[in-house]
Amino acid sequence: MIRLENVSKVFHPGTPNENVAIRQVDLNIAEGDFVTVIGSNGAGKTTLFNLISGTMPSSAGKVFVNDVDVTKHPEYKRAQYIGRIFQDPLLGTASNMMVADNMMICYRKGMKGLRISLNARMRGFFREKLKDLEMGLEHRMDDNVGLLSGGQRQALTLLMMVLSEPSLVLLDEHTAALDPKNAQIVLDLTSKFISDYKLTSMMITHNMSQAIKYGNRLLMMDRGEIILDVSGDEKRNLTVEKLVEKFHEIRKTELENDELMLSETP
Amino acid sequence: MIEGILVEGLIYATMTLGVFITFRILDFPDLTVDGSFPLGAAVMAILASNGVNLIVAVLVAFAAGVLAGMITATIHNKLHVPNLLAGILTMTMLWSINIRVLGNRPNLPLLRQETILTVFTRWLEPLPSEWSLLIFFVLFSLVVKALLDLFFKTDLGLTLGAMGNNQQMVVTQGVNPEALKLIGVGLSNGLVALSGAFVAQYQGFADVNLGQGIIIAGLASVMIGEFLLRTNRIGMLTLRVVLGSIVFRGIMYLGRYYGYYINLTPNDLKLITGVLIIASLIVTQMRKQKRAKSVDLDLDHNPNQPLPEERS
Repeated sequence: MIRLENVSKVFHPGTPNENVAIRQVDLNIAEGDFVTVIGSNGAGKTTLFNLISGTMPSSAGKVFVNDVDVTKHPEYKRAQYIGRIFQDPLLGTASNMMVADNMMICYRKGMKGLRISLNARMRGFFREKLKDLEMGLEHRMDDNVGLLSGGQRQALTLLMMVLSEPSLVLLDEHTAALDPKNAQIVLDLTSKFISDYKLTSMMITHNMSQAIKYGNRLLMMDRGEIILDVSGDEKRNLTVEKLVEKFHEIRKTELENDELMLSETP
Repeated sequence: MIEGILVEGLIYATMTLGVFITFRILDFPDLTVDGSFPLGAAVMAILASNGVNLIVAVLVAFAAGVLAGMITATIHNKLHVPNLLAGILTMTMLWSINIRVLGNRPNLPLLRQETILTVFTRWLEPLPSEWSLLIFFVLFSLVVKALLDLFFKTDLGLTLGAMGNNQQMVVTQGVNPEALKLIGVGLSNGLVALSGAFVAQYQGFADVNLGQGIIIAGLASVMIGEFLLRTNRIGMLTLRVVLGSIVFRGIMYLGRYYGYYINLTPNDLKLITGVLIIASLIVTQMRKQKRAKSVDLDLDHNPNQPLPEERS
């Protein structure tokens, strides 16, 4: 489905500010996987997403989607099969257009033609789908999206993304900018849509219990590397305590190694 | 007098619609307009005086404008030049090109030349020519406006509408934003050149300096229109652009013929246009602040909710 081979990303190479954001990552995501990604700030989670979606080119390595090498494809071409939702609810919708217009733009991926697709039948279809959100948006199809709340906008973005039937869904902390109540609503919708439509997805989160609760596979990232990759029963039996313990276990040994190295230098 | 203002307002309305597309819908401030407007006039004049079919001449003028816009968009897309600079580049180059189009001279009179307007006024012969011109331009503007409304209802048109507001969304939908800019800026300059072609026929000459200050006039018209109506429907948005153009020409007319009462000369019209734009900006800003204040006082307000805003 999605395969990364030895992918690295170096910012400002060859300067004093050189920064390795992603370090030789190999990753294979199978169809139907729901992967949660955790890690502290600067661990490289968003950079990993940017490399998969093509927002920035990788410094080394290859990216495959459905066994097609997309390493050189620009972002808009990869977007044909990748659906991405950002942390900022404003990025997924056009605020100065109506809800129905937004849905029409996102309904089909790729370059648009001169057909008028937004007819009464299409509006009826969108209205039915909006009811699934249980936010009353089906009565506000002619309102500009700018009038909706952040939670409503993010839920709408989620719905539009799902309707475009992407092969891979990238959720970049898409509930982090919402208040707790709306965040929970959007998260529940996400989980429901992913299982209803059997979407292959990756979700970045800062919240360890969320990362444990959702999905069938968990990746932990640190300093540009995937340091933990659990799935199946191991993932199901995970708790926050175990996760913290594991993190310290992995990083402690490295710390000790570092100290060793330091002590060896005169 | 009134029919003069209406005719002028309607001729320039096509140009204003072009400015509206770039400035308001695409958020691509495009200064090519000052060059593509006289380009339309020059192409129309030279083709008409060489006996080319007048409808064909108008279509070629439109196509020339589209091409000019596409050059600006390509400079911006491929060389990553800021859109303002790309427009200025094309505009400057067009000045030389327009002189070549006119046959190496700065202007070309069309006085005894048959034009679409003379043909039309002859059809409605007993009617005074001012009134038949008015009928012609009402029909013409209606057709242009209706076609544009239709275009913005198509899938492509909708996506173009989202482009200026949220480029990331367009990219996320798998659409190449560069292609959209090419289409949008091309269409805009096509309309501007079309307007130039009719101004040449109306005034009876094409001049290389016809385009001076056109972009500012268009922008002022768009802004005046925004005061007249509040709406998010494309049909009303284009309508208010047309109305804005008429009101702007009315103000210019008053300045030209009655300005001497307060010591204004025709040379002051550019100053007035600029002041009009600045005044519109100030009023818009005051309105925004007022709205922001009223939202802050609302205790139930959800902090995530953006301020209510209008399309455009």
